[in-house]
Amino acid sequence: MNAIREQLPDDQRIVLTGIGLTAPNANSLAEFREALLEGRSGVTDYEIRYVGKTLAGICDFDERKYQSRKDRRRGTRAGSVGIYCANEAIRDAGLDWESIDKSTVGIYLGITEHGNVETENEVYELKGYDYDTSFWSHHHNPRTVANNPAGEVALNLGVIGPHYTIGAACAAGNAGLIQGSQMLRLGECDLALAGGVSEAIHTFGIFASFKSQGALATHEDPTKASRPFDVDRNGIVVAEGGCVYVMERLSDARRRGAKIYGELVGYAMNTDATDFVLPNPERQAECMEQALARAGLAAEEIDIVSTHATGTTSGDIQECAAVRRVFGDSKKTWINNTKSYIGHAMGAAGALELAGNLPAFQDGICHPTINLDRLDPECQLRGLVANEPREIGPVRYILNNSFGMLGINSAVIIGAL
Amino acid sequence: MTPDEIRQEILDILEDIAPDEDLSQLEDEVPFREQLELDSMDFLDIVMELRKRHRIQIPEEDYGELASMASTVRYLEPRMKDVQRAG
Repeated sequence: MNAIREQLPDDQRIVLTGIGLTAPNANSLAEFREALLEGRSGVTDYEIRYVGKTLAGICDFDERKYQSRKDRRRGTRAGSVGIYCANEAIRDAGLDWESIDKSTVGIYLGITEHGNVETENEVYELKGYDYDTSFWSHHHNPRTVANNPAGEVALNLGVIGPHYTIGAACAAGNAGLIQGSQMLRLGECDLALAGGVSEAIHTFGIFASFKSQGALATHEDPTKASRPFDVDRNGIVVAEGGCVYVMERLSDARRRGAKIYGELVGYAMNTDATDFVLPNPERQAECMEQALARAGLAAEEIDIVSTHATGTTSGDIQECAAVRRVFGDSKKTWINNTKSYIGHAMGAAGALELAGNLPAFQDGICHPTINLDRLDPECQLRGLVANEPREIGPVRYILNNSFGMLGINSAVIIGAL
Repeated sequence: MTPDEIRQEILDILEDIAPDEDLSQLEDEVPFREQLELDSMDFLDIVMELRKRHRIQIPEEDYGELASMASTVRYLEPRMKDVQRAG
């Protein structure tokens, strides 16, 4: 098939030229790639109010690298994650930030949820004042408005173009990228800072809700707790994290001689409309197929499929059914999963998991899904790379899945240039 | 609290609210805003901290009294004379 991108003018082709990230096992793309190739997990013991001892993926990036103590105090963890990632991405892209017209920059950050952390903290504090609301913080609203993480990035960087978050459950990381590319194509901005962020480990509610749902992972060895496709998987490890991309039109990137990680050649988002929580493999497959059709690619042209699988019993089986339907006959497609290392970074998951795979364009290696000791027969996938990295030769296209509650599905395809 | 203790209490609060500022050179008669990067949300933080720490209620029409260290101490002195400084 002929890739659609070859028929597009360069100002309608969108490329990734900078990456800033923080994950539970890394604070840069180079560190992240190294951890993924070495099988290094970032999941550790964790304790949170009311829930008690549990496990989580915790980030240790330096909040003070780009943010004053005062701004950190006034803001949110998600804002801080966004600020770190956006600054790192700009630096990585080699942009002369001072000379850029800040009205031409757009910020589009995916979030799974926002505001739970601050609300829980305030209610907890208020209990100490016998629920007298005159003790409720005046910072509550600016911290909990849904655009907060993107708005904090804008404040930090002096960006005066559009900024907002995209609420898309756990498909949000991909949704941020998709939004960024759309806005660039529409001419709404000339530079997009797009991706996803998560502060999820700081809200007890997420842990407690997964626990009540029977979907919170436990394991005596935290590094083994996130184990998608394994017959002994028992749920999700909640993680925080962030990944922000600098996105540009190919014409602009070429003009400034930018390093290019890859091109967003196709994407799709659709909806199950069947259940609040349970995924629908038919819609997931249609989402991947639509992304392929829009990219003008056949399934066998995809070298790596980065799965969304979170380690829940039914979710993993459903995604595998969808992947088998689309890629079951594709002999040269390899499949992996990154949550096995870092847990589920929620709003950041899609953007982070894609980033972890992008170096494959250079090194031709597909990092494995780890902790796969006994494959669940229902998760059998041709090309699943397990436990050891695999040299797969030249990589031209990567498809990244990200799905979320309320039946939101997304697939993004990145091509090498 | 004595005026000196009230001053120290305000300094403690300012250290939390404006952690990047050097408070050692603070001039008591000069408005906070001319020496520190404080905005209206920060002044609300001072009001909130006094409420949380000492149950002092400052009505909105009196917020202007918190303009400088000297005016703040003068304003709080009669209201905090029966308050014990913690620690």
